[in-house]
Amino acid sequence: MARRLLIAAALAFLGLFVLLPFIAVFVEAFRQGVPAFLDALAEPDAMAAMRLTLLVAAISVPANIVFGIVAAWCITKFEFRGKGLLITLIDLPFSVSPVVAGLIYVLLFGINGWFGPWLRANGVEIIFAVPGIVLATIFVTFPFVARELIPLMAEQGRDDEEAAVSLGASGLQTFWHVTLPNIRWGLLYGVLLCNARAMGEFGAVSVVSGHIRGLTNTMPLHVEILYTEYNFVGAFAVASLLAVLALVTLAVKTLLEWRYGDQIQGMGH
Amino acid sequence: MTRRKRSVLPGFGLTLGLTVFYLSIVVLIPLSTVFLKSGGMGPSHFASVAFSERAVAAYRLSFGAALAAAALNSVFGMLVAWVLVRYRFPGRRLMSALVDLPFALPTAVAGIALTALWAADGWIGRFLDPLGIRVAYTPLGVTIALVFVGLPFVVRSVEPVLEDVGRDLEEAAASLGAGRFTIFRRVILPAIAPALLTGFALAFARGVGEYGSVIFIAGNIPYRTEIAPLQIITQLEQYDYAGATAIATVMLLLSFAMLLAVNILQMWRRRRMER
Repeated sequence: MARRLLIAAALAFLGLFVLLPFIAVFVEAFRQGVPAFLDALAEPDAMAAMRLTLLVAAISVPANIVFGIVAAWCITKFEFRGKGLLITLIDLPFSVSPVVAGLIYVLLFGINGWFGPWLRANGVEIIFAVPGIVLATIFVTFPFVARELIPLMAEQGRDDEEAAVSLGASGLQTFWHVTLPNIRWGLLYGVLLCNARAMGEFGAVSVVSGHIRGLTNTMPLHVEILYTEYNFVGAFAVASLLAVLALVTLAVKTLLEWRYGDQIQGMGH
Repeated sequence: MTRRKRSVLPGFGLTLGLTVFYLSIVVLIPLSTVFLKSGGMGPSHFASVAFSERAVAAYRLSFGAALAAAALNSVFGMLVAWVLVRYRFPGRRLMSALVDLPFALPTAVAGIALTALWAADGWIGRFLDPLGIRVAYTPLGVTIALVFVGLPFVVRSVEPVLEDVGRDLEEAAASLGAGRFTIFRRVILPAIAPALLTGFALAFARGVGEYGSVIFIAGNIPYRTEIAPLQIITQLEQYDYAGATAIATVMLLLSFAMLLAVNILQMWRRRRMER
């Protein structure tokens, strides 16, 4: 009896606060039928926003993959002083408000920023341009891959790698043939979460983008513009694509946890 | 004591160097601009912009709503974690995936969807409006958005610990005549308290800084429903870099305090587990 009651209460809470908003995205997107939905997506500014979002993710995710692997290797394969501090610093972007994450790049590269005058003299645009969006995205997605790999690689230890090296393998060979196969599912897991955040980031990107339609608007920013113009079908249509991305992310994530739960250990939290 | 032993693996200097370098240029140097800039403002100027009447109203809303949402999430997050850990029922895996939805769904999408639900003419709001309950464009709306973004933090913090709480301990308590509520209060709650507090702190920290999911449902009325991160954006739009930086400094200091609190909580937890 208590069991049923508790399950029902949990379901009701999740249904009202989590599932219903998700469903609302799709219902609102199709409110005026499929043709209106498709028209909203085919609109040139919407297409430009999709291209920009893909471009930004295509730069920032690989950058953080490389960093994540390098950082995890250094932290889990060696002992050194200050390791705890280093791990805390890697996690730092998670505790910074996205808006502050955008602000810091304005302070660095904006017109009145540290490098502002120099950048202007040399005709380099960062703020209100694509490089600023990429930088802000890298900042907010910075910890994802590293924090996924660190517990996993710490758990796996370094026996396999030491064996490979003692048999004459080079560092890169060891990584490629020994470490990478061990961590592939965990890595994929981290990349998945990193990508979802990179494509969906709003606050940080909003500060540095300048909201120039067709040029510096990512998909989430385009959603905002359409919404404030009372173009609700358009806003929800673009939003529904992002919701599908979230759905795919969750589906693959659940699949990975189910099939390879022991090999991605560490996350879920 | 573990002795430091030399690793035979290659790449220590290279990977450490790269890690520190990348961390510095992406995170540390950019973040330091906030403190350098506000440090250059002088204390009285800083205080006058960081604690202007409008800024203080924004902190009050951001902190208050984040606190309320984290408290609500602690209760319901614990409930959801309990159900996920203790019961086997059809759709359990789906329910677990649902918990992660707020992590995966872009905040702007959540923001407009929540507004569609809770606005006075929205799916849910239309039933509340005749009762005189306004959700969207009030602090209540802000709180609901923060409940959405904060939920996974509590559930995912509590879940693993709840799995470890031995049922034998509960059974022992029950055999000694303890009622269900007593068992919960005296056995389970103390065991999961550190994890619950960690989840609370994480949800709170996220709530204070949250922007995307809040601004649509908040309505952004100065002094009433304007959150602290929005204050930063407003100042920036007026090219008031100093004002934006001062507010950012206050928020960053709070984030660091929360980060410290979470680390201390986790140390507490580890020490407890070793016992």
